[in-house]
Amino acid sequence: MPELPALPSILELVFLAVALLTAVGALVVVLSPNLFHSALGLAATFFGVAAVYITAEAEFVGVSQVLVYVGAISTLIAFAIMLTRGMMYGTTSQRNRQSGTAAMIAALMFVVLTALMNAIPWPKAGEPITDGEAIIARLGSMFVNEYVVPFVLLALLLLVALAGAIVLARDRK
Amino acid sequence: MMTWSDILTDVQMRLGAPPELEPLARAIAYFIGAFMLVNGALVLALILIWVTRKVVSRIQDRIGPNRIGPYGLFQTVADVLKLLSKEDIRPDNADQIAYVLAPILSVFPVLMTLAVITFAPGFVGVDLNIGVLYLVALGSIGIMAALMAGWSSNNKYALLAGFRVVAQLLAYEIPMVLAMLAPVMLAGTMRTQEIARAQALYLGPINLGLGWFVFLLPGAFIIYFISALAEAEQTPFDLLEAESELIAGFHIEYSGMKFAMFFLAQFLNAFFLGAIAVMLFLGSWQGPFADQIPLLGPFYFLVKTFLVYGAIQWVRGTFPRLRIDQMMSFAWKVLVPLVLSLILAQMIIMKLPIPTWIGYLLILVANIGVVALMLRLMTRYLKQESVGTKRSFTPKSLIGTMAPVNQVGD
Amino acid sequence: MVPLNWYLILSAFIFSCGLYAALGRRNAIAVLMGIELMLNASNINLVAFWRNGVAPMENVDGQVFALFVIAVAAAEVAVGLALVISIYRNRRTVNLDELDILKG
Repeated sequence: MPELPALPSILELVFLAVALLTAVGALVVVLSPNLFHSALGLAATFFGVAAVYITAEAEFVGVSQVLVYVGAISTLIAFAIMLTRGMMYGTTSQRNRQSGTAAMIAALMFVVLTALMNAIPWPKAGEPITDGEAIIARLGSMFVNEYVVPFVLLALLLLVALAGAIVLARDRK
Repeated sequence: MMTWSDILTDVQMRLGAPPELEPLARAIAYFIGAFMLVNGALVLALILIWVTRKVVSRIQDRIGPNRIGPYGLFQTVADVLKLLSKEDIRPDNADQIAYVLAPILSVFPVLMTLAVITFAPGFVGVDLNIGVLYLVALGSIGIMAALMAGWSSNNKYALLAGFRVVAQLLAYEIPMVLAMLAPVMLAGTMRTQEIARAQALYLGPINLGLGWFVFLLPGAFIIYFISALAEAEQTPFDLLEAESELIAGFHIEYSGMKFAMFFLAQFLNAFFLGAIAVMLFLGSWQGPFADQIPLLGPFYFLVKTFLVYGAIQWVRGTFPRLRIDQMMSFAWKVLVPLVLSLILAQMIIMKLPIPTWIGYLLILVANIGVVALMLRLMTRYLKQESVGTKRSFTPKSLIGTMAPVNQVGD
Repeated sequence: MVPLNWYLILSAFIFSCGLYAALGRRNAIAVLMGIELMLNASNINLVAFWRNGVAPMENVDGQVFALFVIAVAAAEVAVGLALVISIYRNRRTVNLDELDILKG
């Protein structure tokens, strides 16, 4: 039984607050009858996940998360909700026929994952990070040295997705 | 040299806090620092609104507010009191959560940019090693706020204005981000303090403080300035928020203090984008003798930022507005290819095996080439436009002079 | 230092929420939101395992992978929403229960 510290450190308190925000955001996404509120909950979840990255001292990923997810993807989802005025005002139920089974499967997944993760003895680790500048330099050099093929393929994928999305959503009059 | 948060933590320890509460004392010190910065920014907004009104009114050949306080300095306070006393109207079918959250979400990223602005050597909120990327990410949060405001007002004109604002902000974010990349590549780091230190000019052991990046990267500076005008929705790109438009944009259903928050966010955004321009291009606190007399650092910074802000208001009083399609085609067809070719040229030049000063000269040549190309494209485009729109009568005198207008039949 | 288990429990929770949204909601856009939640949960795992890895911390493979996932998710959301808008134009609905023309 590992002994718990007497006072959780400030970083752990901040993590608990941020994790609460993220969890509440995820629940709002899933349980809200109004689709636009789900989109707002999704944006809150993205913020929370970015804050989780920052507590893990991966600042570059955290700021990229805000830039891409909150700035672009949330706006895109909100636009799509506005343009396809499906079920906004809670007149029809948000759940489909298999939602009961889905809820059971999701709960089961959560229990199994948590049990697995607590059972595996992870190696004791977590070296303090001394040089943040070198990490960002290494990140950049990894993109063009070791992972250059996925990087270029990613650029191609983004180009194809951009062209494809425009062609698909275009007015065909 | 101890930082301010170290000094505050030390003071709290001496006041009798037990030593294991030292992280809590540090957290309180950070909180007090953030509180002071944010309050400073909100008080600064009062001065900014006064500067705007005076500069624009002098350009328009009138006096501006001069009744309340000497030279009208307390006019903004009177305006704020008026807005505070207004009734808080909420539309019935508006989406309440989004309606209330939108002004808050509009102000909050603007205030968060204060964390990485370098006022003086050693005087920065938090020296993030991704400082410039943090500023870019905050710009994209404001887009969500505008969309939420437009949608939740339950008003089709506000919704259309919200869509157009999102299109404008997203379109001009790309040239802004790429133009911010140019000084980052030149300085080799994203930390704002290091970029400020890299703009020193050493003549022997003395730092003249005039090695600003704008002398090497004028093209990037101009592209950043134009994109910042569009991101802050100032004239000539303020079709969607101007007071003289028929439906004043996505905040028409807001009254009282919520409208004041949008207004505040707009002015502070313009000021802080000017501050970022000063930090990246105009050498944030660098100037003659800034190293020896530490107080000159923030003085230079504030003078430069207010000059840039005055230039933004000067542009506001002088230029007419662009239409939304002219705005979008300017961003996508002119700015994005130019800034991409600029960054490409700079990258290639920086990697060539040539001595540094030849590299800097080549970068300057590339920048001037980009500026010349942009001017040529714009004049050709404007000539095309003016041929396209024929006027029903040609005025025969300049508006504003006292010369009489000849009759049309003459 | 935040313990590793806390990150893993949080990501398991978000993953389960995303799984429920992807399986049990009617609106196509809600399903896409569930998929985004699942991708974010796996990203949290990647970053947490990087943070708790062995020295030197400059082996930023976890962060590189997380950035790839973010970019691919952006591309996928763009194409998915374009499809949803196109379906809405043709069928006037985005209710997944009503989109069953190919059903045998």
